[in-house]
Amino acid sequence: MRHLLTTEGLPREQALAILDVAEDMAEVATRAVPKLPTLRGRTVANVFFEDSTRTRLSFETAAKRLSADVITFSAKGSSVSKGESLKDTTQTIAAMGIDAVVLRHSASGAAEVLAASDWIDAAVVNAGDGTHQHPTQGLLDAYTLRKALHGDASRGRDLDGVRVAIVGDILHSRVARSNVWLLATLGAQIHLVGPRTLLPVGVETWPVTVGTDLDEVIAQRPDAIMMLRVQQERMHAAYFPHEREYANAWGLGDERLARLPADTIVMHPGPMNRGLEISARAADSPRSVILDQVANGVSIRMAVLYLVLSGSDTREVAV
Amino acid sequence: MPARTVLQQADIQRALTRISHEILESNRGGSDLVLLGIPTRGVVLAERIAANLERFEPGSGVVGSLDVTMYRDDLARHPTRTPSPTRLPAGGIDGKTVVLVDDVLYSGRTIRAALDAIGDLGRPRAVRLAVLVDRGHRELPIRADFVGKNLPTAVAERIYVRLGETDGEDAVAIEGEGSGS
Repeated sequence: MRHLLTTEGLPREQALAILDVAEDMAEVATRAVPKLPTLRGRTVANVFFEDSTRTRLSFETAAKRLSADVITFSAKGSSVSKGESLKDTTQTIAAMGIDAVVLRHSASGAAEVLAASDWIDAAVVNAGDGTHQHPTQGLLDAYTLRKALHGDASRGRDLDGVRVAIVGDILHSRVARSNVWLLATLGAQIHLVGPRTLLPVGVETWPVTVGTDLDEVIAQRPDAIMMLRVQQERMHAAYFPHEREYANAWGLGDERLARLPADTIVMHPGPMNRGLEISARAADSPRSVILDQVANGVSIRMAVLYLVLSGSDTREVAV
Repeated sequence: MPARTVLQQADIQRALTRISHEILESNRGGSDLVLLGIPTRGVVLAERIAANLERFEPGSGVVGSLDVTMYRDDLARHPTRTPSPTRLPAGGIDGKTVVLVDDVLYSGRTIRAALDAIGDLGRPRAVRLAVLVDRGHRELPIRADFVGKNLPTAVAERIYVRLGETDGEDAVAIEGEGSGS
Protein backbone atom coordinates (compact mmCIF):
# COMPACT_ATOMS: atom_id res chain seq x y z
CA MET A 1 0.00 0.00 0.00
CA ARG A 2 1.59 3.26 -1.12
CA HIS A 3 -0.90 5.79 0.26
CA LEU A 4 -4.22 5.76 2.11
CA LEU A 5 -6.38 8.51 0.65
CA THR A 6 -9.97 7.33 0.60
CA THR A 7 -12.20 4.40 1.49
CA GLU A 8 -14.11 4.80 -1.77
CA GLY A 9 -12.83 2.05 -4.05
CA LEU A 10 -10.66 0.50 -1.33
CA PRO A 11 -10.75 -3.22 -2.23
CA ARG A 12 -12.46 -5.51 0.26
CA GLU A 13 -9.35 -7.67 0.72
CA GLN A 14 -7.23 -4.61 1.44
CA ALA A 15 -9.74 -3.29 3.96
CA LEU A 16 -9.89 -6.65 5.73
CA ALA A 17 -6.08 -6.86 5.72
CA ILE A 18 -5.88 -3.49 7.48
CA LEU A 19 -8.47 -4.58 10.06
CA ASP A 20 -6.64 -7.87 10.68
CA VAL A 21 -3.25 -6.21 11.08
CA ALA A 22 -4.93 -3.82 13.52
CA GLU A 23 -5.97 -6.82 15.62
CA ASP A 24 -2.30 -7.73 16.04
CA MET A 25 -1.49 -4.11 16.84
CA ALA A 26 -4.20 -4.02 19.51
CA GLU A 27 -2.55 -7.00 21.19
CA VAL A 28 0.67 -4.96 21.53
CA ALA A 29 -1.12 -2.40 23.69
CA THR A 30 -1.78 -5.07 26.32
CA ARG A 31 1.91 -5.90 26.76
CA ALA A 32 4.24 -4.76 29.52
CA VAL A 33 6.26 -2.91 26.87
CA PRO A 34 3.63 -1.64 24.39
CA LYS A 35 6.16 -0.87 21.68
CA LEU A 36 7.41 -2.51 18.50
CA PRO A 37 10.74 -1.75 16.77
CA THR A 38 9.18 -2.05 13.30
CA LEU A 39 9.49 1.54 12.03
CA ARG A 40 12.71 2.44 13.82
CA GLY A 41 14.55 5.08 11.81
CA ARG A 42 11.44 6.17 9.91
CA THR A 43 9.98 9.63 10.36
CA VAL A 44 6.29 10.45 10.22
CA ALA A 45 5.20 14.07 9.80
CA ASN A 46 1.80 15.04 11.16
CA VAL A 47 0.84 17.96 8.95
CA PHE A 48 -2.33 19.54 10.28
CA PHE A 49 -3.76 22.54 8.47
CA GLU A 50 -6.96 22.16 10.47
CA ASP A 51 -7.57 21.74 14.20
CA SER A 52 -7.63 18.27 15.68
CA THR A 53 -7.01 16.72 19.05
CA ARG A 54 -7.79 13.05 18.87
CA THR A 55 -6.66 12.31 15.33
CA ARG A 56 -3.31 14.02 15.79
CA LEU A 57 -2.67 12.40 19.16
CA SER A 58 -3.85 9.05 17.83
CA PHE A 59 -1.47 9.13 14.85
CA GLU A 60 1.32 10.33 17.11
CA THR A 61 0.71 7.48 19.58
CA ALA A 62 0.51 4.96 16.74
CA ALA A 63 3.78 6.12 15.19
CA LYS A 64 5.56 6.09 18.54
CA ARG A 65 4.32 2.59 19.40
CA LEU A 66 6.01 1.48 16.17
CA SER A 67 9.22 3.32 17.15
CA ALA A 68 8.96 5.88 14.34
CA ASP A 69 10.04 9.45 14.97
CA VAL A 70 7.24 12.00 14.80
CA ILE A 71 7.33 15.64 13.85
CA THR A 72 4.18 17.68 14.15
CA PHE A 73 3.19 20.71 12.16
CA SER A 74 0.07 22.68 12.84
CA ALA A 75 -0.92 25.59 10.66
CA LYS A 76 -1.72 27.84 13.59
CA GLY A 77 1.33 29.94 14.38
CA SER A 78 3.17 28.71 11.28
CA SER A 79 4.27 30.22 7.99
CA VAL A 80 0.89 29.30 6.54
CA SER A 81 -0.43 32.46 8.13
CA LYS A 82 2.24 34.25 6.08
CA GLY A 83 0.71 32.81 2.91
CA GLU A 84 2.77 29.65 2.36
CA SER A 85 1.08 27.13 0.07
CA LEU A 86 0.44 23.39 0.61
CA LYS A 87 3.19 22.63 -1.90
CA ASP A 88 5.82 24.81 -0.22
CA THR A 89 4.88 23.72 3.27
CA THR A 90 5.05 20.01 2.52
CA GLN A 91 8.23 20.37 0.45
CA THR A 92 9.85 22.24 3.31
CA ILE A 93 8.92 19.48 5.74
CA ALA A 94 9.91 16.75 3.27
CA ALA A 95 13.32 18.34 2.81
CA MET A 96 13.97 17.47 6.45
CA GLY A 97 13.78 13.80 5.44
CA ILE A 98 10.44 12.17 6.16
CA ASP A 99 8.90 8.89 5.09
CA ALA A 100 5.19 9.56 5.56
CA VAL A 101 2.94 12.60 5.72
CA VAL A 102 -0.25 12.41 7.74
CA LEU A 103 -2.27 15.25 6.25
CA ARG A 104 -5.31 17.06 7.62
CA HIS A 105 -6.59 19.90 5.47
CA SER A 106 -9.81 21.89 5.19
CA ALA A 107 -9.86 21.52 1.39
CA SER A 108 -11.54 18.38 0.04
CA GLY A 109 -9.07 16.46 -2.11
CA ALA A 110 -5.92 17.96 -0.55
CA ALA A 111 -4.43 14.53 0.23
CA GLU A 112 -5.09 13.29 -3.29
CA VAL A 113 -3.45 16.39 -4.77
CA LEU A 114 -0.39 15.84 -2.61
CA ALA A 115 -0.18 12.12 -3.42
CA ALA A 116 -0.60 12.64 -7.16
CA SER A 117 1.94 15.45 -7.32
CA ASP A 118 5.67 14.98 -7.60
CA TRP A 119 6.22 17.48 -4.81
CA ILE A 120 7.33 14.90 -2.28
CA ASP A 121 8.39 11.25 -2.23
CA ALA A 122 6.77 10.27 1.04
CA ALA A 123 3.69 8.12 1.61
CA VAL A 124 0.52 10.16 2.19
CA VAL A 125 -2.12 9.22 4.74
CA ASN A 126 -5.30 11.26 4.61
CA ALA A 127 -6.29 12.33 8.12
CA GLY A 128 -9.32 14.28 6.96
CA ASP A 129 -9.76 16.52 3.93
CA GLY A 130 -12.62 19.02 4.09
CA THR A 131 -15.98 17.30 3.79
CA HIS A 132 -14.56 14.51 1.63
CA GLN A 133 -12.85 11.62 3.48
CA HIS A 134 -11.30 10.54 6.76
CA PRO A 135 -10.37 6.95 5.91
CA THR A 136 -8.78 5.91 9.21
CA GLN A 137 -11.98 6.99 10.99
CA GLY A 138 -14.03 4.75 8.70
CA LEU A 139 -11.61 1.89 9.33
CA LEU A 140 -11.66 2.30 13.10
CA ASP A 141 -15.47 2.39 13.04
CA ALA A 142 -15.54 -0.81 10.97
CA TYR A 143 -13.06 -2.35 13.42
CA THR A 144 -15.17 -1.27 16.40
CA LEU A 145 -18.33 -2.71 14.82
CA ARG A 146 -16.60 -5.98 13.99
CA LYS A 147 -15.20 -6.27 17.52
CA ALA A 148 -18.58 -5.49 19.10
CA LEU A 149 -20.34 -8.12 16.99
CA HIS A 150 -17.77 -10.92 16.81
CA GLY A 151 -15.52 -10.37 19.85
CA ASP A 152 -12.35 -12.44 19.78
CA ALA A 153 -13.48 -14.30 16.66
CA SER A 154 -13.50 -11.12 14.55
CA ARG A 155 -10.35 -11.78 12.53
CA GLY A 156 -11.09 -12.18 8.82
CA ARG A 157 -14.80 -11.40 9.26
CA ASP A 158 -16.63 -8.76 7.24
CA LEU A 159 -19.81 -6.85 8.14
CA ASP A 160 -22.20 -8.81 5.96
CA GLY A 161 -25.81 -7.87 6.76
CA VAL A 162 -24.93 -5.59 9.70
CA ARG A 163 -27.40 -2.70 9.84
CA VAL A 164 -25.92 0.69 10.65
CA ALA A 165 -27.77 3.99 10.99
CA ILE A 166 -25.72 7.16 10.52
CA VAL A 167 -27.53 10.16 11.96
CA GLY A 168 -27.25 13.92 11.64
CA ASP A 169 -25.07 16.28 9.66
CA ILE A 170 -24.31 14.06 6.66
CA LEU A 171 -23.67 17.07 4.42
CA HIS A 172 -20.50 18.25 6.13
CA SER A 173 -19.35 14.86 7.34
CA ARG A 174 -16.22 13.21 5.94
CA VAL A 175 -16.74 10.60 8.66
CA ALA A 176 -20.09 9.65 7.09
CA ARG A 177 -18.59 9.47 3.59
CA SER A 178 -15.67 7.32 4.78
CA ASN A 179 -18.04 5.00 6.62
CA VAL A 180 -20.58 4.72 3.82
CA TRP A 181 -18.09 3.47 1.24
CA LEU A 182 -16.10 1.24 3.55
CA LEU A 183 -19.04 -0.35 5.36
CA ALA A 184 -20.83 -0.94 2.06
CA THR A 185 -17.70 -2.66 0.69
CA LEU A 186 -17.71 -4.87 3.78
CA GLY A 187 -21.35 -5.81 3.24
CA ALA A 188 -23.18 -3.63 5.77
CA GLN A 189 -26.59 -2.05 5.13
CA ILE A 190 -26.39 1.67 5.77
CA HIS A 191 -29.24 4.01 6.48
CA LEU A 192 -28.63 7.77 6.59
CA VAL A 193 -30.92 9.98 8.66
CA GLY A 194 -30.91 13.74 9.06
CA PRO A 195 -32.68 16.95 8.23
CA ARG A 196 -33.24 17.44 4.49
CA THR A 197 -30.98 20.47 4.56
CA LEU A 198 -28.07 18.39 5.87
CA LEU A 199 -28.33 15.58 3.29
CA PRO A 200 -25.89 16.14 0.41
CA VAL A 201 -26.88 16.56 -3.22
CA GLY A 202 -26.33 13.26 -5.02
CA VAL A 203 -26.84 11.11 -1.92
CA GLU A 204 -29.19 8.92 -3.97
CA THR A 205 -26.14 7.62 -5.89
CA TRP A 206 -24.53 6.33 -2.66
CA PRO A 207 -24.94 2.67 -1.62
CA VAL A 208 -27.39 3.63 1.15
CA THR A 209 -31.00 4.20 2.02
CA VAL A 210 -31.94 7.70 3.16
CA GLY A 211 -34.62 9.05 5.49
CA THR A 212 -35.46 11.94 7.76
CA ASP A 213 -37.24 10.20 10.64
CA LEU A 214 -34.96 9.01 13.45
CA ASP A 215 -37.78 7.32 15.40
CA GLU A 216 -38.60 5.16 12.41
CA VAL A 217 -34.96 4.04 12.31
CA ILE A 218 -34.94 3.17 15.99
CA ALA A 219 -38.11 1.11 15.51
CA GLN A 220 -36.24 -0.94 12.89
CA ARG A 221 -33.73 -2.02 15.56
CA PRO A 222 -30.36 -1.26 13.92
CA ASP A 223 -27.20 -3.07 15.09
CA ALA A 224 -25.42 0.24 15.51
CA ILE A 225 -26.37 3.87 15.55
CA MET A 226 -23.69 6.41 14.73
CA MET A 227 -24.38 9.98 15.83
CA LEU A 228 -22.50 12.65 13.87
CA ARG A 229 -21.29 15.92 15.27
CA VAL A 230 -23.19 19.00 14.17
CA GLN A 231 -20.33 20.84 12.48
CA GLN A 232 -21.17 24.40 13.35
CA GLU A 233 -17.77 25.64 12.16
CA ARG A 234 -18.67 24.58 8.61
CA MET A 235 -22.22 25.96 8.74
CA HIS A 236 -22.38 29.33 7.08
CA ALA A 237 -26.13 29.23 6.57
CA ALA A 238 -29.20 28.30 8.62
CA TYR A 239 -29.61 24.54 8.15
CA PHE A 240 -32.11 24.11 10.99
CA PRO A 241 -34.16 26.67 12.97
CA HIS A 242 -32.79 26.11 16.45
CA GLU A 243 -30.50 23.75 18.38
CA ARG A 244 -33.39 22.62 20.59
CA GLU A 245 -35.37 21.67 17.52
CA TYR A 246 -32.43 19.73 16.11
CA ALA A 247 -31.95 17.87 19.40
CA ASN A 248 -35.66 17.02 19.54
CA ALA A 249 -35.83 15.66 16.02
CA TRP A 250 -32.38 14.13 15.42
CA GLY A 251 -30.59 13.98 18.76
CA LEU A 252 -30.10 10.74 20.68
CA GLY A 253 -31.76 11.86 23.90
CA ASP A 254 -32.58 9.86 27.01
CA GLU A 255 -36.04 8.91 25.79
CA ARG A 256 -34.78 7.59 22.43
CA LEU A 257 -31.92 5.80 24.20
CA ALA A 258 -34.50 3.90 26.27
CA ARG A 259 -36.27 2.81 23.08
CA LEU A 260 -33.11 1.44 21.47
CA PRO A 261 -32.78 -2.36 21.59
CA ALA A 262 -30.40 -3.48 24.35
CA ASP A 263 -27.81 -4.81 21.90
CA THR A 264 -27.67 -1.74 19.65
CA ILE A 265 -24.32 -0.04 20.06
CA VAL A 266 -23.99 3.75 20.14
CA MET A 267 -21.11 5.34 18.24
CA HIS A 268 -19.83 8.89 17.85
CA PRO A 269 -16.63 10.00 16.10
CA GLY A 270 -16.09 12.84 18.58
CA PRO A 271 -15.76 15.53 19.62
CA MET A 272 -19.31 15.42 21.01
CA ASN A 273 -21.75 18.27 21.43
CA ARG A 274 -23.41 16.83 24.53
CA GLY A 275 -27.05 17.84 24.67
CA LEU A 276 -27.21 18.54 20.94
CA GLU A 277 -26.74 15.39 18.85
CA ILE A 278 -26.23 13.09 21.85
CA SER A 279 -27.28 13.29 25.49
CA ALA A 280 -24.80 12.78 28.29
CA ARG A 281 -26.64 9.65 29.37
CA ALA A 282 -26.44 8.14 25.89
CA ALA A 283 -22.74 9.03 25.56
CA ASP A 284 -21.89 7.46 28.90
CA SER A 285 -24.22 4.46 28.72
CA PRO A 286 -22.79 0.91 28.75
CA ARG A 287 -23.81 0.40 25.13
CA SER A 288 -21.75 3.39 24.04
CA VAL A 289 -18.48 2.32 22.38
CA ILE A 290 -17.21 5.88 21.96
CA LEU A 291 -14.07 5.32 24.02
CA ASP A 292 -13.47 1.97 22.31
CA GLN A 293 -13.48 3.90 19.04
CA VAL A 294 -10.67 6.09 20.35
CA ALA A 295 -8.61 3.12 21.56
CA ASN A 296 -9.19 1.21 18.32
CA GLY A 297 -8.11 4.30 16.37
CA VAL A 298 -4.55 3.83 17.61
CA SER A 299 -4.50 0.18 16.45
CA ILE A 300 -5.89 1.09 13.04
CA ARG A 301 -3.37 3.88 12.56
CA MET A 302 -0.52 1.57 13.59
CA ALA A 303 -1.70 -0.90 10.96
CA VAL A 304 -1.95 1.80 8.28
CA LEU A 305 1.47 3.28 9.07
CA TYR A 306 2.98 -0.22 9.02
CA LEU A 307 1.38 -1.03 5.68
CA VAL A 308 2.40 2.22 3.93
CA LEU A 309 5.93 2.25 5.36
CA SER A 310 7.03 -1.37 4.99
CA GLY A 311 7.64 -3.44 1.91
CA SER A 312 9.81 -2.96 -1.13
CA ASP A 313 6.81 -2.59 -3.42
CA THR A 314 5.66 0.73 -1.99
CA ARG A 315 6.57 2.59 -5.17
CA GLU A 316 4.53 0.47 -7.54
CA VAL A 317 1.31 -0.36 -5.74
CA ALA A 318 -0.93 2.65 -5.35
CA VAL A 319 -4.24 2.40 -3.56
CA MET B 1 14.34 -28.40 -11.78
CA PRO B 2 12.29 -31.16 -10.16
CA ALA B 3 11.89 -31.22 -6.39
CA ARG B 4 13.47 -34.13 -4.54
CA THR B 5 11.70 -35.37 -1.41
CA VAL B 6 14.16 -35.78 1.44
CA LEU B 7 11.77 -36.47 4.35
CA GLN B 8 8.57 -38.49 4.13
CA GLN B 9 5.70 -38.40 6.57
CA ALA B 10 7.15 -41.20 8.74
CA ASP B 11 10.57 -39.46 8.83
CA ILE B 12 8.99 -36.22 10.01
CA GLN B 13 6.99 -38.05 12.65
CA ARG B 14 10.07 -39.88 13.94
CA ALA B 15 12.10 -36.65 14.01
CA LEU B 16 9.41 -34.84 16.01
CA THR B 17 9.11 -37.76 18.45
CA ARG B 18 12.88 -37.72 19.00
CA ILE B 19 12.89 -33.92 19.43
CA SER B 20 10.08 -34.25 21.99
CA HIS B 21 12.12 -36.75 24.02
CA GLU B 22 15.22 -34.57 23.76
CA ILE B 23 13.32 -31.53 25.00
CA LEU B 24 12.06 -33.45 28.05
CA GLU B 25 15.51 -34.89 28.68
CA SER B 26 17.35 -31.56 28.53
CA ASN B 27 14.67 -29.87 30.63
CA ARG B 28 14.75 -32.75 33.16
CA GLY B 29 11.03 -33.24 32.83
CA GLY B 30 8.10 -31.27 31.55
CA SER B 31 7.74 -28.57 34.18
CA ASP B 32 7.87 -24.86 33.28
CA LEU B 33 8.13 -25.60 29.57
CA VAL B 34 6.52 -23.35 26.95
CA LEU B 35 6.67 -24.18 23.23
CA LEU B 36 6.34 -21.16 20.95
CA GLY B 37 5.84 -21.84 17.25
CA ILE B 38 6.84 -19.27 14.65
CA PRO B 39 4.05 -18.87 12.04
CA THR B 40 3.04 -20.50 9.87
CA ARG B 41 4.51 -24.01 9.93
CA GLY B 42 6.43 -23.55 13.16
CA VAL B 43 3.07 -23.28 14.93
CA VAL B 44 1.94 -26.59 13.45
CA LEU B 45 5.19 -28.27 14.47
CA ALA B 46 4.99 -26.78 17.98
CA GLU B 47 1.47 -28.16 18.37
CA ARG B 48 2.58 -31.62 17.26
CA ILE B 49 5.53 -31.58 19.67
CA ALA B 50 3.22 -30.36 22.43
CA ALA B 51 0.87 -33.27 21.75
CA ASN B 52 3.87 -35.64 22.06
CA LEU B 53 4.96 -34.02 25.34
CA GLU B 54 1.43 -34.28 26.67
CA ARG B 55 1.48 -37.99 25.89
CA PHE B 56 4.90 -38.62 27.49
CA GLU B 57 4.35 -36.36 30.51
CA PRO B 58 0.80 -35.10 30.98
CA GLY B 59 0.62 -31.38 31.69
CA SER B 60 3.85 -30.52 29.89
CA GLY B 61 2.43 -29.61 26.47
CA VAL B 62 2.04 -25.86 26.93
CA VAL B 63 2.07 -24.22 23.51
CA GLY B 64 1.61 -20.79 21.90
CA SER B 65 2.61 -18.88 18.79
CA LEU B 66 5.05 -16.01 18.35
CA ASP B 67 4.82 -13.72 15.35
CA VAL B 68 8.11 -12.04 14.52
CA THR B 69 7.07 -9.95 11.50
CA MET B 70 7.30 -6.66 13.35
CA TYR B 71 10.85 -7.46 14.50
CA ARG B 72 12.36 -8.45 11.14
CA ASP B 73 15.32 -6.54 9.75
CA ASP B 74 14.32 -7.08 6.14
CA LEU B 75 10.89 -5.39 6.07
CA ALA B 76 12.13 -2.82 3.54
CA ARG B 77 13.53 -5.51 1.22
CA HIS B 78 10.46 -7.67 0.68
CA PRO B 79 6.83 -7.08 -0.23
CA THR B 80 4.77 -6.12 2.80
CA ARG B 81 4.28 -9.07 5.09
CA THR B 82 0.99 -9.59 6.86
CA PRO B 83 1.60 -10.43 10.50
CA SER B 84 0.05 -13.45 12.21
CA PRO B 85 -1.33 -13.48 15.73
CA THR B 86 0.91 -13.96 18.75
CA ARG B 87 -0.75 -16.19 21.33
CA LEU B 88 0.94 -16.72 24.66
CA PRO B 89 -0.23 -19.42 27.07
CA ALA B 90 -2.15 -18.16 30.10
CA GLY B 91 0.86 -18.53 32.42
CA GLY B 92 3.02 -16.25 30.26
CA ILE B 93 6.71 -16.91 29.70
CA ASP B 94 8.33 -15.29 32.75
CA GLY B 95 10.69 -17.75 34.45
CA LYS B 96 9.80 -20.52 31.99
CA THR B 97 11.99 -22.42 29.55
CA VAL B 98 10.81 -21.31 26.14
CA VAL B 99 11.42 -23.62 23.18
CA LEU B 100 11.11 -21.76 19.89
CA VAL B 101 9.92 -24.02 17.09
CA ASP B 102 10.39 -23.31 13.37
CA ASP B 103 10.39 -25.39 10.22
CA VAL B 104 13.68 -24.37 8.58
CA LEU B 105 16.75 -22.76 10.13
CA TYR B 106 18.68 -20.82 7.48
CA SER B 107 20.25 -17.37 7.97
CA GLY B 108 19.19 -17.20 11.62
CA ARG B 109 17.55 -13.80 11.12
CA THR B 110 14.06 -15.06 11.93
CA ILE B 111 15.36 -16.41 15.23
CA ARG B 112 17.14 -13.13 15.95
CA ALA B 113 13.78 -11.39 15.44
CA ALA B 114 12.08 -13.97 17.67
CA LEU B 115 14.59 -13.34 20.47
CA ASP B 116 13.84 -9.61 20.28
CA ALA B 117 10.09 -10.31 20.33
CA ILE B 118 10.48 -12.53 23.39
CA GLY B 119 12.39 -9.75 25.14
CA ASP B 120 9.33 -7.52 24.81
CA LEU B 121 6.97 -10.18 26.15
CA GLY B 122 8.72 -11.27 29.30
CA ARG B 123 11.87 -12.76 30.77
CA PRO B 124 12.09 -16.52 30.31
CA ARG B 125 14.59 -18.54 32.36
CA ALA B 126 16.08 -19.89 29.14
CA VAL B 127 15.29 -19.92 25.42
CA ARG B 128 15.98 -23.00 23.27
CA LEU B 129 15.49 -23.61 19.58
CA ALA B 130 13.96 -26.62 17.84
CA VAL B 131 13.81 -26.87 14.03
CA LEU B 132 12.70 -29.58 11.66
CA VAL B 133 15.43 -28.81 9.11
CA ASP B 134 18.77 -27.05 9.50
CA ARG B 135 20.00 -26.13 6.03
CA GLY B 136 23.11 -24.18 7.07
CA HIS B 137 24.29 -20.78 5.72
CA ARG B 138 23.99 -18.95 9.03
CA GLU B 139 24.49 -15.18 8.94
CA LEU B 140 24.31 -14.74 12.71
CA PRO B 141 25.84 -16.59 15.68
CA ILE B 142 22.73 -18.71 16.26
CA ARG B 143 22.40 -22.51 16.48
CA ALA B 144 19.58 -24.95 17.12
CA ASP B 145 19.37 -27.09 20.26
CA PHE B 146 17.09 -29.69 18.70
CA VAL B 147 17.31 -30.55 14.99
CA GLY B 148 15.09 -32.92 13.03
CA LYS B 149 17.52 -33.24 10.11
CA ASN B 150 20.66 -31.47 9.00
CA LEU B 151 20.39 -30.85 5.27
CA PRO B 152 23.54 -29.45 3.65
CA THR B 153 22.32 -27.22 0.81
CA ALA B 154 23.53 -24.72 -1.75
CA VAL B 155 22.26 -21.15 -1.39
CA ALA B 156 20.49 -21.41 -4.74
CA GLU B 157 18.46 -24.41 -3.61
CA ARG B 158 15.05 -24.08 -1.99
CA ILE B 159 13.60 -26.17 0.81
CA TYR B 160 9.87 -26.81 0.87
CA VAL B 161 8.29 -28.01 4.09
CA ARG B 162 4.75 -29.26 3.63
CA LEU B 163 2.61 -30.26 6.58
CA GLY B 164 -0.77 -31.94 6.68
CA GLU B 165 -2.47 -29.16 8.62
CA THR B 166 -1.43 -26.40 6.16
CA ASP B 167 -0.61 -28.19 2.90
CA GLY B 168 -2.55 -31.45 2.94
CA GLU B 169 0.50 -33.74 3.21
CA ASP B 170 3.71 -34.21 5.20
CA ALA B 171 6.94 -33.88 3.18
CA VAL B 172 10.21 -31.99 3.02
CA ALA B 173 11.52 -31.43 -0.50
CA ILE B 174 14.58 -29.76 -1.94
CA GLU B 175 14.57 -28.00 -5.30
CA GLY B 176 17.18 -26.31 -7.46
CA GLU B 177 20.65 -26.99 -8.86
CA GLY B 178 22.56 -29.81 -7.20
CA SER B 179 19.40 -31.60 -6.11
CA GLY B 180 20.14 -34.26 -8.76
CA SER B 181 17.55 -36.45 -10.36
